[in-house]
Amino acid sequence: MEELHLEYYLVVSIIMFFAGIYGFITRRNLLAILISIELILNSVDINFALFNRFLFPGQLEGFFFTLFAIGVSACETAVAIAIIINIYRNIRNIQVKNLEQLKD
Amino acid sequence: MNISTQETVFFLLAAVIVLFSIMTVTTKRILRSATYLLFVLFATAGIYFQLDYSFLGAVQLTIYAGGIIILYVFSILLTNQQADEKLEKLKNSKVVAGAITAIAGAALSLFILLTHSFGPSRLASGEIPVKAVGTALMGTGKYQYLLPFEVISILLLACIIGGIMIARKR
Repeated sequence: MEELHLEYYLVVSIIMFFAGIYGFITRRNLLAILISIELILNSVDINFALFNRFLFPGQLEGFFFTLFAIGVSACETAVAIAIIINIYRNIRNIQVKNLEQLKD
Repeated sequence: MNISTQETVFFLLAAVIVLFSIMTVTTKRILRSATYLLFVLFATAGIYFQLDYSFLGAVQLTIYAGGIIILYVFSILLTNQQADEKLEKLKNSKVVAGAITAIAGAALSLFILLTHSFGPSRLASGEIPVKAVGTALMGTGKYQYLLPFEVISILLLACIIGGIMIARKR
């Protein structure tokens, strides 16, 4: 059996990405939508590390892009969860169909 | 036909990622969804370790699996009266639309991926020394990342202040 190729990893990352897209479209709970976004971000992080490792193994660009993307997604999650908790305080619910305005 | 250890590990991680990322978006209970997301993130860290990016794997484990999942679990418990309240039932048309979008997109991406040649590529071996990572992170020269490092520290500070401002009681 031949060694592992770049394509094998990319297929896994594609499946993860489109699972996230499916969840983003079909979920109706704000936290579930945020979880789907995490899946999408994570699959893109894998891609950066993969291209760095397989195509340009002497450099570190993809490595650092993944590192900073993890930091940015942590920020984004924290602020989004703060907003969701604030919404829950106001309307006692976090289903998207009940959300019509940002403030009353 | 013999399968090496590295291939066994890869196929195991790939199976975990595929299975649990699909279960994350299809399960009815949101707390289970967060738990399956945790498994996906663990397997992703495993892939980073397999690529010999141990530092990245450690960052993934501590920030994602250690920090973000805890945030999710706490906010799920804070915003649901019953923790495993079932998610709302959807109209079938929405599910079909989502499935068609995802499958069409995946098919298109797979087609492009499998017909495109990346040129010679092989899994390079050898750990990146942490000293090289640190030098690149703290230098100001070409291919060094002091400025993004400072920018992301400002971003984290802004995020802390913003989180407190948004979520405080009035």
